[in-house]
Amino acid sequence: MNAIADQLLVLVMLINLVMLGSSRLIFCIRAVAIQGVILGILPGLIHPFSGHLAAITAGIILAKGVVIPTLIIGAVKKAHIRREVEPYLGFVPTLLLGALFTALSFVFADKLPLAPEHRDLLFVPASIATLLTGFLLLTTRSKAISQVIGYLVLENGIFIFGMLLTEALPTMVEAGALLDLLVGIFVMGIVINHISREFSSIDTSRLRALKEE
Amino acid sequence: MTDIIIHCALTLLFPPLLLGIIGKTKAAFAGRVGAPFLQPYYDLIKLVRKGSVFSETTTWVFRAGPVVTLSATLVAALLIPLGRHAAPVSFNGDLILFAYLFGLARFFTTIAALDTGSSFEGMGAAREVTFSCLAEPTLFIALITLARTSGSLSLSTILTHTTPAGWLATGASMLLLIGALFIILLAENCRIPFDDPTTHLELTMIHEVMVLDHSGPAFGMILYGAALKLFVLGALFANVAIPLATGNALVDWVIFVVTMAALAVAIGVVESVMARLRLVRIPQLLVGSTILAAFSMLLVLR
Amino acid sequence: MLFTLVLLPLLGAIIALIVPDNRLRPLILPVVATAHTVLTILLLGSDRAPSPEGWIWLDPLGQITLLSISLLFIVCAWYAVGYLAYRRERSNRVMCICLLICLSAMTSVTIAQHLGMLWVAVEATTVSMAPLIYFNRNARSIEATWKYLLICSVGIALALLGLLFLAYSTYLAHHEATLLLGQLLATARELNPAWLHAAAIFLLVGFGSKMGLAPLHTWKPDAYGEAPGLVGALLSGGLVNCAFLAIVRVYQVCLASGAEDRFFQQALVGMGLVSMAFAAVFMARQADFKRMLAYSSVEHVGILAIGLGLGRGALFGALFHLINNGLTKGVLFLSSGNIHRSYNNKTTDVVKGALTRLPWSGGLFLAGFIAVTGSPPFSPFISEYAIVSSAFIDGRHLVGALFLVFLAIIFIGMALTVLPMVMGAPPDGLEPTDYRDRLLTVGPPLLLMGVILVMGIWPPPFLVSLLHNGAAMLEVQP
Repeated sequence: MNAIADQLLVLVMLINLVMLGSSRLIFCIRAVAIQGVILGILPGLIHPFSGHLAAITAGIILAKGVVIPTLIIGAVKKAHIRREVEPYLGFVPTLLLGALFTALSFVFADKLPLAPEHRDLLFVPASIATLLTGFLLLTTRSKAISQVIGYLVLENGIFIFGMLLTEALPTMVEAGALLDLLVGIFVMGIVINHISREFSSIDTSRLRALKEE
Repeated sequence: MTDIIIHCALTLLFPPLLLGIIGKTKAAFAGRVGAPFLQPYYDLIKLVRKGSVFSETTTWVFRAGPVVTLSATLVAALLIPLGRHAAPVSFNGDLILFAYLFGLARFFTTIAALDTGSSFEGMGAAREVTFSCLAEPTLFIALITLARTSGSLSLSTILTHTTPAGWLATGASMLLLIGALFIILLAENCRIPFDDPTTHLELTMIHEVMVLDHSGPAFGMILYGAALKLFVLGALFANVAIPLATGNALVDWVIFVVTMAALAVAIGVVESVMARLRLVRIPQLLVGSTILAAFSMLLVLR
Repeated sequence: MLFTLVLLPLLGAIIALIVPDNRLRPLILPVVATAHTVLTILLLGSDRAPSPEGWIWLDPLGQITLLSISLLFIVCAWYAVGYLAYRRERSNRVMCICLLICLSAMTSVTIAQHLGMLWVAVEATTVSMAPLIYFNRNARSIEATWKYLLICSVGIALALLGLLFLAYSTYLAHHEATLLLGQLLATARELNPAWLHAAAIFLLVGFGSKMGLAPLHTWKPDAYGEAPGLVGALLSGGLVNCAFLAIVRVYQVCLASGAEDRFFQQALVGMGLVSMAFAAVFMARQADFKRMLAYSSVEHVGILAIGLGLGRGALFGALFHLINNGLTKGVLFLSSGNIHRSYNNKTTDVVKGALTRLPWSGGLFLAGFIAVTGSPPFSPFISEYAIVSSAFIDGRHLVGALFLVFLAIIFIGMALTVLPMVMGAPPDGLEPTDYRDRLLTVGPPLLLMGVILVMGIWPPPFLVSLLHNGAAMLEVQP
């Protein structure tokens, strides 16, 4: 089972890179949805079956794989956007940075004092790599939607780490976290809609009225 | 000994058939009958019988181009094991020679193109060199990864090392590697989505535009060399991707031929369902393949 | 009883959703807030045991935070009735619902003993405040909302990672991950120090950005500047306190782990001083008085962090300052909201002579300024004095000296903005607006000012003992 989990984590990391290199918003959103579904499957592979586990799996797949992508796609449709036009940093440099970060996260995870049973799994490097990818997306993209996607990827990275420790986060907390995420994305979607109406664009580099004179 | 003879015979005779299979597959997808499988052979024979025209502005470099390219590719073909059989020539570190034989071939193709002084050919040379710069790291990283898993520096050992069992044990990294190698296979051989070998517009060409001025036997050599390159890199890919071996030498040869034919069909399918990428997107895909290979290496080194 | 405290605002939110009338709806706020405050005061006296599984417990630290939040909220709720009367043109449904949900979430923060639950509640406060910042529906406010939402969400996400690191350190210690505060404190000495360190960093960054500690404060001036005064008051007095409580929880764990290098404490002092320095720099010549208040908030979270980081005698000061800062900010934001409404402008070029134009609001603003800069006889003086004197007693002379220098600079910088605003004569040719000082818009902050004054002159004994109990929980156990 661990082998399958590792393969899925490799897939998660590949999706990170695909998102960094892609210029199509809808494609990125689909990719993040797939990532969410994989995240939902993962806990079932490394923990014995229980009601708690089933709840987590269903919750994650539903929230990250279905509801959130639908919300974001809805926001995209309302704001009439198709392409990520101008990232602050080109696609190839971000892709290379993403690859570099992935490599570094392997090095870093190797140095962490992990429990022996977690040492051979890819969870920790995948988590760090996904987290850093999220940061990269957040900081190098100018479209509000891309930043939301970056935030989601960042959250996914944190979730991957959390999978090693499902007992620390009881179902209630997990559900609460997912609900918060969901509502957060919902609110962000509304805000994006207002941004596009107010500025006739969702380019956040236009948001610069507020600063120190 | 038999194996070496079969190796040489296949290397010399088989490559144009791959082009024929690709053409037939594309024709089938388009609903046409298409040219016969042996059409590339007819083309080659036709070209060899023709006379050559050389521009007065060109020097010996222009004539040397096709010859060196073809011979370098032929030597590379001797280094690569076909199927499960060791290559005729193999020594420690031959993978570097293998990679740079292609480098040499490319170098001569490009300077021959530059030698004509045509602006189109210069443009093609620039593109070719740019893209191969990006493709070369992938090939190297992939070879290093394979060398690491097999613990050897000789292509024959490296490529015959992979077995179905070993494949399953390192599944993720092998999958990544195959993805990267397939992209490189398409890019190095100027297939869609990188380049369209059948295009008629010089501005969009990459490889074809470099050989516009060659004619007759020289052009035949170029076509044959291109087919050979496809064959050699295809064999490399097939060895990694489909590590089937029965132990019976003859059956293995048959498996190899079938695998190569299947690969040609796969390329034909890709060419039928995909459009050529915009030029600006090509580096992106190549960098992507490098990252795939690097990622796979990371997983293996861990 | 505790559940009532959490569920009551939610019930109010549901009622606010149903009530169709824009005029009646705001009345739900004071009703719920009054009930909330009454319940809170009743709870303060009783010393209840934690819930059986240790998830919920209103310990003294939680009580202090809950008290400050509840007091601030009741004042804001009454004020909201007066404020929303001026904004009849706009539906206040979202405003009422979000305020009540936020109250519920803030209450949950104070009673949570499971750090995961605490995190969920803090995140809920973040999300529920976002629509309020956007109440004015213009380009500037949407920019502020976006920055707030993104920076705080990412910050809080990092805090979650910190929590997971913390859980991982317990997993390494005894193969069972937990985030229950009681268990964490009991076994803190066995926790893996490397993971604990990493956890502390991420939690400090995460909750620190929520709290607005420099250099993670960048969203603060924008959000405070563009939000209605009442929302600014709740942001700076409610959300800041919640985030501070979360940091206090981390502090407890770090303290119980007995780390020799006192790393977390040092980091807090450092970030606190940086915050004060940032505030001192940006406060001077600040033309927008709401942004100035935001920097004042940055300054005060810095003071809170320094107080917590110094420990010992400063703890009492820090906890007292938690209440004082929240309430004083309430006065300042509410009165500044009135001034903003009356002048229809929030730059000091236009806003002059507020004392003449709006004697009550202007006076309150001036008094709030005097209180917030730590002048006697108001209560912030006592808490800041406790912190700085403890710094010198413990031999942290440099910290104490820097603290005083920054306070002085900030006093001068703020005075340069505030005094011209309230003194002198209003400029000619000012457009008349419909705002007049009324009971509902002036009474609540006036009441709050009274509380600050009373606490400064004669701190009620029950409060003092509560603060001492709270501080005792943060002392190093021998």
